[in-house]
Amino acid sequence: MNHVSIFVLNQDSAYDFYVNKLGFKVHTDAPMGPGKRWLTVCPPEQPDLEITLMSIEEGMMFKGDAARQMRELVKNGTFGFGVFQCNDLNATYIELKEKGVVFKKPPTKEFYAYEALFMDDSGNWFSLGEKQKN
Amino acid sequence: MKAKLFIDNNYPENINLDNIAGEVYFSKFHFIRLFKSIYGNTPHRYLTKVRIENAKTFLQKDFNISDTCFKVGFDSISSFCGLFKKSERKTPSEYQRLYRLRQENIKIKPLNFVPNCFAEQKGWSKNSNFQEPA
Repeated sequence: MNHVSIFVLNQDSAYDFYVNKLGFKVHTDAPMGPGKRWLTVCPPEQPDLEITLMSIEEGMMFKGDAARQMRELVKNGTFGFGVFQCNDLNATYIELKEKGVVFKKPPTKEFYAYEALFMDDSGNWFSLGEKQKN
Repeated sequence: MKAKLFIDNNYPENINLDNIAGEVYFSKFHFIRLFKSIYGNTPHRYLTKVRIENAKTFLQKDFNISDTCFKVGFDSISSFCGLFKKSERKTPSEYQRLYRLRQENIKIKPLNFVPNCFAEQKGWSKNSNFQEPA
C-alpha cells in the first residue's frame, strides 16, 4: 500500500497537527484550484507511505447531505484510522502531550498490548503502541 | 526524553553531549545506551539527523548551502555536505535542485501527483481549473 486517507475537518489545522506535533514529513502539498488542496504526509521512517489528509466537501465524493454527516461523524470521534508504533511508549506519550496532543487513553497494559489512544485535531483517533523489543 | 527535546530545541548550538549526560545524572555510557534504546540512535547520531532534517527545510526555503550549514550548527561546509550526502544520498545542492524542480512540476501539472481515483472522485480531472463539475 502506498496511499491511505484520513478525513479531516480542516487541512491547515491538520497540517499543523501531523507535521508540527506528530513530526510527519510533507510528501506533496499541491494547490488544486480555489480552496482545494492535495495534501499528503508521511511518517519519518516510512517515506513511501503517503497519508492523504482529505478534506470533506460536497461534490462527487459526498453527495447531498453526506458531507455534513461525514463531518459530524469525524468530529464525534467515530473513526479510528490506524495504529502507530514507537520505540518507547511512555517517552513518546509525554513528548506528544507536551506538544498539545490529546490522549483518550494514557499508556495502559491491555491483554493484547501496551497502548495509548490519541486524537488528531479533527477527532479521529489512533492507537499508539510500543515496538516489541527482541 | 528531556535530552531528546533539548537536542530538538538547541540543535544549532554547539552541544556538548557529555554535559547532557551529566544533567540527567547518568554516566555517559548509560545515557547513550538508554537514549539509543528509546530513539533508535545514539545522541550524537540523533543530533546529526536533526541538523540534516532542519537543513532540508532551509534548502527548501532557498537558503544557500553555506548559510544552511551554519544555521543548523555544522562548523564546516565540507563535513555538512559529507554527512548530508551520506544521509540523503545526494549533495545539498542536488537536493535543492531536485526539490525546486518537483515544486515547479507540482505547480504546472498538479494532477501528476494525485492518484487518478481520487482526482476522479474529487472531480478534478473533469475540469482543468479543478472546479467541481456543474
